[in-house]
Amino acid sequence: MATTAAPTGGARNGAGPEWGGFEENIQGGGSAVIDMENMDDTSGSSFEDMGELHQRLREEEVDADAAAAEEEDGEFLGMKGFKGQLSRQVADQMWQAGKRQASRAFSLYANIDILRPYFDVEPAQVRSRLLESMIPIKMVNFPQKIAGELYGPLMLVFTLVAILLHGMKTSDTIIREGTLMGTAIGTCFGYWLGVSSFIYFLAYLCNAQITMLQMLALLGYGLFGHCIVLFITYNIHLHALFYLFWLLLGGLSTLRMVAVLVSRTVGPTQRLLLCGTLAALHMLFLLYLHFAYHKVVEGILDTLEGPNIPPIQRVPRDIPAVLPAARLSSTMFNATAKAVAVTLQSR
Amino acid sequence: MAEAAESPGNAGTASPRPLFAGLSDISISQDIPVEGEITIPVRSQIREFDSSTLNESVQNTIMRDLKAVGKKFMHVLYPRKSNTLLRDWDLWGPLILCVTLALMLQRGSADSEKDGGPQFAEVFVIVWFGAVTITLNSKLLGGNISFFQSLCVLGYCILPLTVAMLICRLVLLAEPGPVNFMVRLFVVIVMFAWSIVASTAFLADSQPPNRKALAVYPVFLFYFVISWMILTFTPQ
Repeated sequence: MATTAAPTGGARNGAGPEWGGFEENIQGGGSAVIDMENMDDTSGSSFEDMGELHQRLREEEVDADAAAAEEEDGEFLGMKGFKGQLSRQVADQMWQAGKRQASRAFSLYANIDILRPYFDVEPAQVRSRLLESMIPIKMVNFPQKIAGELYGPLMLVFTLVAILLHGMKTSDTIIREGTLMGTAIGTCFGYWLGVSSFIYFLAYLCNAQITMLQMLALLGYGLFGHCIVLFITYNIHLHALFYLFWLLLGGLSTLRMVAVLVSRTVGPTQRLLLCGTLAALHMLFLLYLHFAYHKVVEGILDTLEGPNIPPIQRVPRDIPAVLPAARLSSTMFNATAKAVAVTLQSR
Repeated sequence: MAEAAESPGNAGTASPRPLFAGLSDISISQDIPVEGEITIPVRSQIREFDSSTLNESVQNTIMRDLKAVGKKFMHVLYPRKSNTLLRDWDLWGPLILCVTLALMLQRGSADSEKDGGPQFAEVFVIVWFGAVTITLNSKLLGGNISFFQSLCVLGYCILPLTVAMLICRLVLLAEPGPVNFMVRLFVVIVMFAWSIVASTAFLADSQPPNRKALAVYPVFLFYFVISWMILTFTPQ
C-alpha cells in the first residue's frame, strides 16, 4: 500500500501516507525542527481537515480500486456500490468533523467548570451561613473568615427579586418604562454587583484584605435581612413595624458585614470610610425598596377586585338639561347610571 | 472496506482457515443500531432508517412528533418516577406551552397606564432564561443531567400552570370580587404545587442525594414567579 500511495502523494518523499502531510511542512528536508511560522495552521478550520480526510479517502479508494482491479481507468465514479459507500462515509466524516468543531468551540466558550468550585455547598452549610449573617461578631482583632461561595448569594438575590415582584404587584406600582420583571431584576442584580464592585474598589483604596468573590458573598448574604424585612412588611402594612425591622434586622446584617470588614482593615480612617459607606448604602437600599416600591394600601387591595369600578355616582335631582353629554359620560362609568342620567335629561 | 466485505466469502470458501476466522473482521453486528461515537464500516441499514424518516410525508412526521409531545404531557400530569422525559427529550412541548402562556398573558394595549403587565417577549424571556439559569445551577451543583434534558423537563412542567391560566381566564369572565380571587388563588396554588412535584420527580434523581434541596429551591422560585404572573393577570 505504501508503494502505490507514494506516487499519488506528490511531494511525498517515499514515506508512508500517514506521514506524508507532515513531511510537506518541514523546511530543508531532513531537519527535525518544525518551523511553526510556515506550518499551515489548520487547527481552526474543518475544511482543511475535510480536505485531508477526503484526500486520504481517495487514496484508499484508489488502493481498493487497484487491488480489486475491476475498472481499468481508475475512475471510481462508475462503481455505484463503492460510490454509495464512499458518499456515506464522506458524509459521516463531515458530520464527525463538524461535531468535533462544535464541541471544541462549546467547551472553550461555555466552560462553566470555572464556576463549579463556588457552588460546592451543602444545604446545612447554606443554612448556617444564612443564620450567621444576622449575628455580628465581636472579635475584630484578626481577620474573620468569609466563605467564598456564590450559591447562597445568587439564590438570595433571586428571592429578593421574587419578593419585590410580589410587593410591587400588591401595591399597584405603575412602571412606565421597562417592565416589572425587568425593573426588579435590574434593581437587585445591580445593587448586588454594583455595590460589591464599589466597596471592593474602596477596599482596594483602603488596603483591606478582601477579594472580589468574598465581597460578593458577604454582600449577598447581607441581603438575607432585607428579604425577611420586605417579606414581612409587604404583607403587614405598618410603618412603625417597618422602621422597627429596618433598625433591627437591617442593622444586624449591616453590623455583621461591618465587623467583618473592620477585622480585615487597618487604620481608623480607612475603617471609617469603608464601613461607613457600606452601612449607609445597605440601610438606604432597604429604605428605598420599601418606600419606592411600596405604597401604603388603604382600603381594598386592587388585585382583589380587578379593574377599578367605582360605585354608582349619585345623580343630583336638579341636573341641568344643558349639561354637555361629553362631560356627563366621562363622569359616569356605569351603564346604569348613564341610563338614569339620560332619563333625567329627557325629563 | 473491500477486504472487509469480501472476507466472509473468503472465510466460507477457504477450507484450511478456521471456521469463524472471518468474523474477527466484523466486530459489530449490523442488526443492532448503534448510536454515539462508534462507527461501523458498512452502515447501510442505519442509513436507510435515517432516509426513511426523511422521505416520509409531513403529516406522518407531525403526527409522530405530536404523539411524543402528548405522551410527555401525560407523564407530567401523572408524575411517576420515569425516564421518558429524560430519555427522548424534545423542546417542542416547552415551546408550545411557553408560546401559549405568553399569548394569554399578553396585554391588550401597549399604552395601558394602569398596569405594567407582561408582554409576550417578557414572558418568553423569563421562561427560557429562568430555565437556563436553573439548569446551570443544577449542573454546577454536581448534577449529571444534560443541558437540554433539564430544559425539556422544566418546560414540560409548565403544563399545570398553563392549565391554571386557562382556568383563571374562564373564571375572570365571571364578575370580579373576593370570591373570584380566592378561586383563582386556590387553582394557581394547586397547579404550582403540581408543577413542583412533577419537576422534582424527574429532576431529583440526577442530583447528588444530599443536595436535592439546593437544586429544587430555584425551581420553586421559577414557578413562583410564573404563578405570580398568572395570578395577577387581569384582562383589559
